[in-house]
Amino acid sequence: MNVTIVDYNSGNISSVINSFKEVAKDKVNIEVTSDLDKIKSSDKVVLPGQGSFKSCVDSLNDINGLVDILNEFVISNKKPLLGICVGLQMFADIGFEDTETKGLGWISGKVSKIDNQNGKYKLPHIGWNQVNIVKDSKILKGIDNNSHMYFVHSYEFVPEDKNVISATTDYSSRIVCSVEKENIFGTQFHPEKSDKTGLKIIDNFISL
Amino acid sequence: MLKNRIIPCLDVKNGRVVKGINFVDLKDAGDPVEQAKIYSDGGADEICFLDITASNENRDTIYEVVEKTSKKCFVPLTVGGGVRSVEDINKLLNCGADKVSINTAAVQNPEVVIESSKKFGSQCIVVAIDAKKNGDKWEIFTHGGRNNSGMDANDFAKQMEDSGAGELLVTSMDRDGTQVGYDIGLMSKISANVNIPVIASGGVGNLDHLVDGIKLGKASAVLAASIFHYGKYSVKEAKEYLDSKGIPVRI
Repeated sequence: MNVTIVDYNSGNISSVINSFKEVAKDKVNIEVTSDLDKIKSSDKVVLPGQGSFKSCVDSLNDINGLVDILNEFVISNKKPLLGICVGLQMFADIGFEDTETKGLGWISGKVSKIDNQNGKYKLPHIGWNQVNIVKDSKILKGIDNNSHMYFVHSYEFVPEDKNVISATTDYSSRIVCSVEKENIFGTQFHPEKSDKTGLKIIDNFISL
Repeated sequence: MLKNRIIPCLDVKNGRVVKGINFVDLKDAGDPVEQAKIYSDGGADEICFLDITASNENRDTIYEVVEKTSKKCFVPLTVGGGVRSVEDINKLLNCGADKVSINTAAVQNPEVVIESSKKFGSQCIVVAIDAKKNGDKWEIFTHGGRNNSGMDANDFAKQMEDSGAGELLVTSMDRDGTQVGYDIGLMSKISANVNIPVIASGGVGNLDHLVDGIKLGKASAVLAASIFHYGKYSVKEAKEYLDSKGIPVRI
């Protein structure tokens, strides 16, 4: 089996690569590439993302044909994809970081700034927070409710259809931190930086 | 609920761990990769490497340390010391650092913070502020505490937030290596002045100091080196102690 981590200049993906390789060992082949054919023929795709919503969307669009290939992979072929952090946020129709930017539109909703309640809460939301699992999700299999995950973000994904939400976390408000819609999975937290519990999520995705 | 973080820091020189008293009199004590792994297995919320003599000496050894550590530790890794340019940051991130802390370069050339936070995102840019008390204010020091910039720490903290820093690592130069506790006045002042998280550093000698850093200093995270490094306390003991004092920690 091939799992492809999409390398589209979205910032630092070393930790994502290291964690997937750690979990995959020799069982699964981990590719890190922006090669369209390789992405197309892989079994699963990981879409990381750091920096701003706009910079990530721009970077995706900078690689000619990449968005089309991802659409085909996810929407037509219904193959599993995991978005991490801004990778998840880009599932939305629209994001409001820097400037209004169109997302991939795979899960209806928007990405807006976390309400810091007039400075009462620090942003970015950085550190270990507990997840409230609100529905069964394949990637959360074996993860205890209230497990700690590592977060670092200032924007949040607000999906229209609340049924896609598989976990939330409490900060200044209730933040969506894990989604599942058919073959589309996403985490706002960083499983690659969430120690053993995070690696378990990566294992769950690889084992789908 | 978001937990307060405990961050053990390893001072690294030529690829080996050291910890000095007030940044001099270095003692060699261990392999940073193994040490980091012990910390992360013990529940450290993040790991920090500080390449202490990097401003003056050949620093390629740190890249190898970071690369090896990031393949073994799956908690966030912050690396600082001698980071001068966007290219240095890029290189550390590519080696597997999750965040890079910038000290001297942020003071001398704030453009580095603006540019790097735009390029890599604020989440990986930590500005390290080394401050020393002078009268009723704190002044910024650079070059590992050797040079006084004369700049006001509080103003600089705000400027760095505006420039795109994701976090501030605030070290009291008066307290560093003394084990008498954080400079609470400095921490609380800066924390109240900015909306980004503050990591308190410099002066931890016992677990009550960690409690004070969070409760009184209003820090989001507490960094300590020698109390963990010389085995006075384990990270687990520190967390249990904080928990017993009503501070939310990841256990």
